[in-house]
Amino acid sequence: MAYALPDLPYDYSALEPHISKTTLEFHHDKHHNKYVNTYNELVKEAGMDDKSIEEVIKAIAGDSSQQKLFNNAAQAWNHTFFWNSLKPGGGGEPSGEVGDKIKADFGSFDKFKEEFSTAASTQFGSGWAWLVLDGGSLKVVKTPNAVNPLVDGQTPLLTLDVWEHAYYLDYQNARAKFIETFLSSLANWDFVKENMAKA
Amino acid sequence: MSVDRRQFLFFLGASARAMALSAVPGCTATATVAGNSRSKMEFVPGENGPFELPPLPYDYDALEPYIDAETMRFHHDKHHAGYTRNLNSAISSYPELQEKSAEELLRNIESIPEEIRKTVRQNGGGYVNHKMFWEIMSPDGGGVPTGAIAAAIDDRFGSFEAFKEEFETAGKTRFGSGWAWLVLKDGNLEVINTLNQNSPLMDGNYPIMGNDVWEHAYYLKYRNDRGEYLRQWWNVVNWEEIDRRYEMAIA
Repeated sequence: MAYALPDLPYDYSALEPHISKTTLEFHHDKHHNKYVNTYNELVKEAGMDDKSIEEVIKAIAGDSSQQKLFNNAAQAWNHTFFWNSLKPGGGGEPSGEVGDKIKADFGSFDKFKEEFSTAASTQFGSGWAWLVLDGGSLKVVKTPNAVNPLVDGQTPLLTLDVWEHAYYLDYQNARAKFIETFLSSLANWDFVKENMAKA
Repeated sequence: MSVDRRQFLFFLGASARAMALSAVPGCTATATVAGNSRSKMEFVPGENGPFELPPLPYDYDALEPYIDAETMRFHHDKHHAGYTRNLNSAISSYPELQEKSAEELLRNIESIPEEIRKTVRQNGGGYVNHKMFWEIMSPDGGGVPTGAIAAAIDDRFGSFEAFKEEFETAGKTRFGSGWAWLVLKDGNLEVINTLNQNSPLMDGNYPIMGNDVWEHAYYLKYRNDRGEYLRQWWNVVNWEEIDRRYEMAIA
């Protein structure tokens, strides 16, 4: 099925000063848009356009002959998930069942933060850091380039894009500061709660 | 770096400087100034390990308008400096590795102790790749290849234009972060690309020239348009230095 580029769930300037309007314009209108368009072309050529994008990602993961389709499918999906992982006035320690689950599975919110920050800062090159549900437990994972946790049968709950285009205009080489800001001011815990409820 | 030192390095010329800096690990630019032959140089470890961040061979704004000064500052002072620091740190408990050149470490990457191999791959690669990158660019660059490399490119690719197209495609199709390369492989020129900071040396190939297609190399100026960056980059390519690398590799 053709995949539609979703609008951002907030204004381009809604995440300032943490993520600039310019970054979101390029990130959404150029990068995400291109992944979506390329995916829609390639999925037709591959004769797989009767499938949902999630089905396509899972079906061709690891198949080197389908690398370009996989990259564009996963990046189209990842970015939509990323926009929803951010919100104006987000971040900080979540309360309620999400907060309880984090404490139960990581020991404390600080332990989670440490693990997530390490994953995001040590993903060498381009990639993503994720909070996932894996067999009922919360885990932090990192993935290179376009890869996402769907290919390992995990349920993604929250993600941070650590491709340089996600932060270079605002933070330049200081990826650690971008990660810290995500956790303190942007992470959308409501989205995590929705994803946990659906899992 | 003092003005005198920069002027001296500039005067010294890319060839001699590149040989001096790459020949001996930890051989500092100061040592090069003090003793102007390689034999006089002594092993001078950097403050925090054998590898030192080489100074840019030109001013930060020298490659404008094709590469902006701000990009050069971050790229050299932060990214390259980070790879240098992390490489030194990775081998800090391995005295035998500290005596090798960074190029040797990469050529023998599979024999590096497993607990530091990934770190050396990433940061040793970053260190060596960027060291070459600054050298193969010049404010007086651009134009067409000269010397033996010019004929070799024509022989192998048909024309300089055909080579440029293949090289740009290698850069555009490197998904994520990495490098586009012209390498000498089994005596033949090949265009390839590598992931992240992987160096052709790790596969036994010699990097004649390479262009950095990590987004940090072009995002401040070219944003998402990697293709335009690859096209404009030819304006700063230092063919004299690339020819020197080629002639050294085939010698």
